[in-house]
Amino acid sequence: MRVIDYAVKIRVKPDNSGVVTDGVKHSMNPFCEIAVEEAVKLKEKKLVKEVVAVSCGPQQSQETIRTALAMGADRGIYVEVSGKDYESLGPLQVSKIMAALAKKEEAQLIILGKQAIDDDCNQTGQMTAALLDWPQGTFASEVSLDGDNVKVVREIDGGLETIRINTPAVLTADLRLNTPRYATLPNIMKAKKKKIANVKPADLGVDLTSRLEVLRVDEPPQRQAGMKVETVEDLVAKLKDAGRV
Amino acid sequence: MNAYVMLGVFQTTQKLRASLRRLSRAGLPPLDLQMQFLRRGRCPRSVALSRKVHVGADGSRSSPAAAPQRLPFSRVTVEDLAVFRKILPGRVITDPDLVQSSNEDWLKSVRGSSEVLLRPQTTQEVSQILSYCNSRNLAVNPQGGNTGLVGGSVPVYDEIILSTSFMKNILSFDNISGILTCQAGCVLENLVLYLEERDYIMPLDLGAKGSCQIGGNVATNAGGLRLLRYGSLHGTVLGLEVVLADGQVLDCLSTLRKDNTGYDLKQLFIGSEGTLGVITAVSILCPRKPKSINVVFLGCETFDQLLKTFQLCKGMLGEILSAFEFLDSECMRLLNTHLKLPNPISDCPFYIVIETSGSDSKHDSQKLHNFLEEAMTSLLVTDGTVATEDSKIKALWSMRERITEALTHDGFTYKYDISLPVERIYQLMTDMRQHLGNRARSVVGYGHVGDGNLHLNITSSARDPALLASIEPFVYEWTARFHGSISAEHGLGLKKRNYIYYSKSGPAVALMGNIKTLLDPKGILNPYKTLPDDLK
Repeated sequence: MRVIDYAVKIRVKPDNSGVVTDGVKHSMNPFCEIAVEEAVKLKEKKLVKEVVAVSCGPQQSQETIRTALAMGADRGIYVEVSGKDYESLGPLQVSKIMAALAKKEEAQLIILGKQAIDDDCNQTGQMTAALLDWPQGTFASEVSLDGDNVKVVREIDGGLETIRINTPAVLTADLRLNTPRYATLPNIMKAKKKKIANVKPADLGVDLTSRLEVLRVDEPPQRQAGMKVETVEDLVAKLKDAGRV
Repeated sequence: MNAYVMLGVFQTTQKLRASLRRLSRAGLPPLDLQMQFLRRGRCPRSVALSRKVHVGADGSRSSPAAAPQRLPFSRVTVEDLAVFRKILPGRVITDPDLVQSSNEDWLKSVRGSSEVLLRPQTTQEVSQILSYCNSRNLAVNPQGGNTGLVGGSVPVYDEIILSTSFMKNILSFDNISGILTCQAGCVLENLVLYLEERDYIMPLDLGAKGSCQIGGNVATNAGGLRLLRYGSLHGTVLGLEVVLADGQVLDCLSTLRKDNTGYDLKQLFIGSEGTLGVITAVSILCPRKPKSINVVFLGCETFDQLLKTFQLCKGMLGEILSAFEFLDSECMRLLNTHLKLPNPISDCPFYIVIETSGSDSKHDSQKLHNFLEEAMTSLLVTDGTVATEDSKIKALWSMRERITEALTHDGFTYKYDISLPVERIYQLMTDMRQHLGNRARSVVGYGHVGDGNLHLNITSSARDPALLASIEPFVYEWTARFHGSISAEHGLGLKKRNYIYYSKSGPAVALMGNIKTLLDPKGILNPYKTLPDDLK
C-alpha cells in the first residue's frame, strides 16, 4: 500500500485534522515491500504459480503496483478509492476488499505487510483472515510453503514461535522476513507491459462506510533544547536556578 | 643537515621542472627517464618515503610530504594565555585531552602538538586574536570541521588552533534571490536543513556534510557531488568576510550577483586553505530545491561504454542532470565486505550513479525513461535500477558516498585526488594496478567522472614505506604527463604542498609566494601548508 515515504519529515495540518499529504513523496509501505519480495521468492522457487499485486487508493496507487510488478509480480489489481472514501479508508474496509478479491481470484495465499507505517494499526491481515475464516501466520520472519500447508516462524515478545497452518491462509510480513530487491532496469521495462486491472469497491459488493471518526491529530511535544555549560560551577548554579538542587 | 635536505628537495624540483619543460616541447620521453632525473637529485641517504606522524625532528626528512623543520615562531607563554582568556573568556582550551582531537586529522594520518585551542564567536574576536598573534609572531592554524584529507587542517608543530566551530549563526537569507549569508562555522548539513524548510538547497554537497563547515569548504574550494550542475564555489560564493594576518577585517561580504568594481578579492581567498586570511563569514547563492529527484544506478562492462553512457546522458538528460559519478568493482567489493551494503544490481566491472533534478516529475520521468531505454537497447548498460523515493535515493547514494568509510576498514589508505582528461581516467587505474602488482591490499577507483576527477585509493594492512615509494612519485608523474592536476579538489595542505610543480609552473608558484608575503609578511597563517618549502 502507498504511504508517505519513511525518510520524509511529517507535518501536521494547521487545522489538526490530519497530516499534510499534498505534494509529499509517497512510496510503498516498507512491510508491504517485504511481502511482495516474499511472494516473488515463492514464485521463483516454483511453489506458487502467479503473484498478483493489489493496492487500494487514489490514482497514484497504480505507481505502487508498478513497483511491485517491477519486483516480479505478474499482474496488478487497482481498487479505485478516492476523496472522502479514501480519507476514511481503514483496516476494516481494506480487509473487506481483500477478502472479496481473494474469493474472486481463488487465491491460495494472501501476504500483507504486518502494519502500515502511517497508521500503525496492525489489523488488516488479522481482519482479512477472520472475514475469510482462513488461518493466519502474522509477524512472519520465516515462511516455508510445503504442499497444502505453511510453516511460519513468528516474531513474538518472548522470542520466536513456529506454527504450521493449512492453506488457503493469510500471512503478514515482519521486518526480518527478507530484504526486498531493487527493481532492475530490465524488469522495470517489462513491468510497463504487465496488466493492471481496474476495479471499484462497489463491483466487489464492499461497503466502505467507516465506523471511526478522527477527532484530532497533534504533533508529539517538542523536545526542549539542552544547554551547554563551561564549568562545573556553572552547572551547579544553573541546577540551583532551575530548582533542581 | 636540514639545509642539505632542503637543497635536495629544491634540486629535485628544479630537475623536475626542467624535465617537465622538456616534456611539453619535445613530446613524451619514456617514463623511466623522468625517474632517473628524480633519483639523481635525491639525497644519497636511504630514502624512506614515510609519512611519519611528526612529533619532532627525526632522521628521515627526505620525503616531500613530510613536515619541514619548525620555523622560528614564538612559543605560547603564560602571558599569551592570559591575553587570550581576556578576549575569549571560557573559550580557551589548554587541557591536552580536549586539544588532542583537534591536533589530529580525520584520517588519523597526521598529528600536531598544539597546546592551545581557541574558539571565537565573533569576527571581532578573531580580529583581536590575529592582531595579537601577529604582533607576538605566534603561528595560527585556522580549523573548521577538520575533515580535510591533505593534512591542512591540523597543526604541524605547536601552532595555535583557531576553531570556527562556535561561529555558527546564520545571518540572513533572501527568499527571492536565494542568497544565504552565514558565519564560517556553520556545518554544511545544518545549512542544508535550514534551506530545505525554505525550499532551497546548498549548491554543494559532499560526503563530509555532517561535520564540515562552510568556511572550510570555501577555504578549500570544495567540489563535491553537485559541481556538475551548479558549478564551483568560485561561482556560487558572492561575498566573503575575511580577517587578515594582522587582524584587519576585510569586508567583501557583498550579496550582489554582479559587481565589477575593481579586482575581485574574494577569489584569492577561495581555495587559499587558510594561508591568506581567516574566512569569518560567507554569502552564497543557493539554488531552488528541485521538485523531482531521480537516482539511477547503472552497470557497465567497460570504461569506454561508461564514457559513451555519459555522452548519451548529457544529450538526453542534459538540463536535468545534477550528478554523474562512477565506482569500480573493487569499490563494490569493499562496500559489500566492510559495510555489508548489498549490490543493488548484478556484478559489473563499472557502476554509475546518475542523479537528475528538475521541476516536473512527469517530464523528468519521461526523459529518464527514454534515456534508460536507449542505454539498454544499445547495450551501453548491462543492468541498472532507478529510485524516486527518498529512502531508496539515500540507499543508492550511500553506495558512492560511503566508499571512503569502507576504505578506512580495509587498512591504511593512501588517497589520491586527480584531475585528468576524462578519457584517460581509468588508464591511470590500470597502469597503477600493473605497476604495484600485489604489493597493495586494494587499489580502487571512483569519483566525479563527469568533472574528470578520479579518486584513486590504495590500501595496505599497515603504513608501508616501500609501498608509498612505489606509488609516489609514479602517480604524480603519470598525472603530469597528461597535464592533469595532482589535487583536483582536496587541495595541497601539508601532504601535497611540494608536488605543486607537477601541475603549476615555476613563475606561477613564485607569484603565489609573492601574494602570500604581501598578505601575511610574518607567515603566521597556517604555515607549512599549500605552498612548497622551496619558496621560503
